[in-house]
Amino acid sequence: MISGFIFRALEGKIIVAIAMLLGIAALVPALNLLTAPDSALHIPTYAMSLFGKYLCYALLALALDLVWGYCGILSLGHGAFFALGGYAMGMYLMRQIGPRGVYGNPVLPDFMVFLNYKELPWFWYGMDWFVVAIAMVLLVPGLLAFVFGWFAFRSRVNGVYLSIITQAMTYALMLAFFRNDMGFGGNNGLTDFKDILGFQVQADGTRAVLFALSAIVLALCLLISSAIVRSKFGKVLVGVRDAESRVRFLGFRVENIKLFTFVVSAMMAGIAGALFVPQVGIINPGEFAPANSIEIVVWTAVGGRGTLIGPIIGAVLVNAGKSFFTGAFPEFWLYALGSLFIFVTLFLPRGIVGTVQHGFKAREAMKAATDAENGRADVGTVAQTVQAAE
Amino acid sequence: MTLRFFLRAIFLSLAMALSAPVLAQSGADPKPLIDALAKADFSEAERLIGEIAATGDARAVPTLEAFSEGDLYVRKADGLVFIGKAGEDGLDLIEPITGVSAGKTLKSALTKIKINNNLRRVISSAAGGLTLLSPDRSVRLAAANAVLSSPSAENLDLVETALAKETDPEVKARMTEARAVSVLSSDRSVDEKRDAIRTIKTIGGNDALSILSAVSGSIDASLKGDLDAALAALQSKQKLWDMAQNVWYGLSLGSVLLLAAIGLAITFGVMGIINMAHGEMVMLGAYSTFMVQDLIRDHAPSLFDWSLAIALPVAFLVTGAVGLVIERAVIRFLYGRPLETLLATWGVSLILQQTIRSIFGPTNQEVGNPSWMSGSFPVGGMTITWNRMWIIVFSLTIFFTLLVVMKKSAYGLSMRAVTQNRRMASSMGIRTPWVDALTFALGSGIAGIAGVALSQIDNVSPNLGQSYIIDSFMVVVFGGVGNLWGTLVGALSLGVLNKFLEPSVGAVLGKILVLVLIILFIQKRPRGLFALKGRAVEA
Repeated sequence: MISGFIFRALEGKIIVAIAMLLGIAALVPALNLLTAPDSALHIPTYAMSLFGKYLCYALLALALDLVWGYCGILSLGHGAFFALGGYAMGMYLMRQIGPRGVYGNPVLPDFMVFLNYKELPWFWYGMDWFVVAIAMVLLVPGLLAFVFGWFAFRSRVNGVYLSIITQAMTYALMLAFFRNDMGFGGNNGLTDFKDILGFQVQADGTRAVLFALSAIVLALCLLISSAIVRSKFGKVLVGVRDAESRVRFLGFRVENIKLFTFVVSAMMAGIAGALFVPQVGIINPGEFAPANSIEIVVWTAVGGRGTLIGPIIGAVLVNAGKSFFTGAFPEFWLYALGSLFIFVTLFLPRGIVGTVQHGFKAREAMKAATDAENGRADVGTVAQTVQAAE
Repeated sequence: MTLRFFLRAIFLSLAMALSAPVLAQSGADPKPLIDALAKADFSEAERLIGEIAATGDARAVPTLEAFSEGDLYVRKADGLVFIGKAGEDGLDLIEPITGVSAGKTLKSALTKIKINNNLRRVISSAAGGLTLLSPDRSVRLAAANAVLSSPSAENLDLVETALAKETDPEVKARMTEARAVSVLSSDRSVDEKRDAIRTIKTIGGNDALSILSAVSGSIDASLKGDLDAALAALQSKQKLWDMAQNVWYGLSLGSVLLLAAIGLAITFGVMGIINMAHGEMVMLGAYSTFMVQDLIRDHAPSLFDWSLAIALPVAFLVTGAVGLVIERAVIRFLYGRPLETLLATWGVSLILQQTIRSIFGPTNQEVGNPSWMSGSFPVGGMTITWNRMWIIVFSLTIFFTLLVVMKKSAYGLSMRAVTQNRRMASSMGIRTPWVDALTFALGSGIAGIAGVALSQIDNVSPNLGQSYIIDSFMVVVFGGVGNLWGTLVGALSLGVLNKFLEPSVGAVLGKILVLVLIILFIQKRPRGLFALKGRAVEA
């Protein structure tokens, strides 16, 4: 009964979070577009763009949380999926520039003219259609995750080893994308975008729509993640995290469970990248850097892995801190981030949300115990609650 | 004059093909020719210089050099030529050829012999030819080498004259080769050229290859067969040497990887800590070297060649101490939670990086090479640089020292006991927390020592560690966690593989391929090349 209550409360929290995200999606663009610039309620465009960027990071952290927090796969390569999604969107945006580039070539993007390409590489074909680009945003990270996971999970590479080879994966991709011969703009990446679906990327209205879209997509992905986690499948997922061998002995195909989660998570990361690129206006191989992927891990850890709202809060808080510190005390940021890593692992292993939740559960357990002492509840429920708290 | 000047003169002379028509009438006295310079115009002077060179008298070289530098004068009183060096008042006169001082004169009593650039070229070539006859052995050798590296038919007579007089076996061999090279570009008989091809073949290496292929277009049809055979033989030999050179480069890269990974083989391999701050320990070692060299430069420059030897214990102690602090302050709370050590040590690495950046600035620091680490020496058809050579020796020394410490010492025993079964070791009376702390300090200290060596071949900047961390993990995982031999084999084989892929696909793509291969390899053998056997490793 009480456990059911806790679940309902949690479900309520997710609904609250989703409602809040949708509210933000409506309110922030409205305050940006409809209020006068000198009004107290006005939200400046740069602030909205910045916050939109945080929302993309939040989605990325949520994606990582799905595999790390619920399935126990610490991926140090989620930055790669994010960047691949970003590159797919970037390619679409590059094609939309058309003849307005510096060299005025109607088909080839500027960097290709510069690098003496005679014709478009095959993988750029079709990227001028938005639908194809969106499909690629999902397919490319998904396919990479599928192939990678297929091999890795089948041969039972796990724990530290998996983390290290995912890191090797993103490192290899970074080196590859830095090459000019790859056909993705090399060092400089893709930038100087003009239009998205015929709307100017720089225009306030487009930015507002992109912001709203980021919030809505984040809400949607939160819903999907919540559905996955709360389903029966989600229970097995947690089982895989906590006792992989036992779940395998019970007859579940652990590798397929992991593979499914990994692919879904990679796709979410890809979507985050695709939303990120038009808002910041550039994508370059630096996004593949292993350090970026590790940073994602810390957002998730700060917010609380194994909770769905935690990573969102963590990503927004850490990145807001980053924006503040790099602006106000640039020297200090790496100290702050480094200390945050150490502090969270040592003193806050559950993260912010996890710790708060744990506190609630502990209080419930205490209350139940007191109730039991007073003879108002049966022993079974008390044991259940205490167990839940632990 | 110095050897360097001769070399330069020789190179210049041979580069200018048309210079110095050398006549084979040696033995004449150059003195009257030099005096004749007094009244010569430019074209006449050019002819005279050629004749001076033809005398083969090396004593004329200082005079020619003085001429080239505009220090040759005519005394108005008697029309004799002297070398004039600027003295305290007026000029100190020196007699040509004999080099005897001829007293001081005011500048007004002299006329300077005019010189132009064309004459300078003629002079440098003449001086070059004359040095083949120099009494100094090393000068002759250098001259012969110079002829060898850029042959021309004009020098042939001079080379042959020199060869007839030569007694030193090494110089003689070199001159024989030089003669053969010159013969090929001259109009000598076919038989002589055939001999020349044979001689050049014995030189071997890329030099012979390029000499022979340079003449292959212009050579007689009757010699074509000989030439092609010689070329083919040289090419197959060269291929072998190239292979050997590649293996050497690979071993050299492998030893760098080994150096970087060896400390990690302890902290990660043996202790199970995903030590992301490992690269920063290497960096701290490199900065310790910088500090030691800085102090030596300021206070005891004579010790500079010893700076690395001094830096080794310093780096070991500094990084070992930092490692000890990190272990006591952070890592000891995280045993058994490897993924969380990753996050915490990554945080440590960020802090260390920023600290170094705040103290020393973000730019590269200059770390010097001691004299015994610079330069190179040839082995057959390949070149080996001393610093690479020493790094290989050094990394293997560290490796085997560490192996002995781990396998033979009491401390190594307790360390292995703790990592294999902590509780059992503890109940046997081993103070496990201390062993943990010392082991981590040892791993960090070794990373610091690696930093001393890597400072010699890499830029010393706050980002130094970052560039090694992923490679180090790859080596340890590839070799097999918890196995030092695996680290050795892993590092060397990855190094060689990398260098063999590089020529065909390029450096970056080669590296990517190696990474992909490692990822695939891990699928096949999830525990690396030399996996520990037994149930203990199954998590």
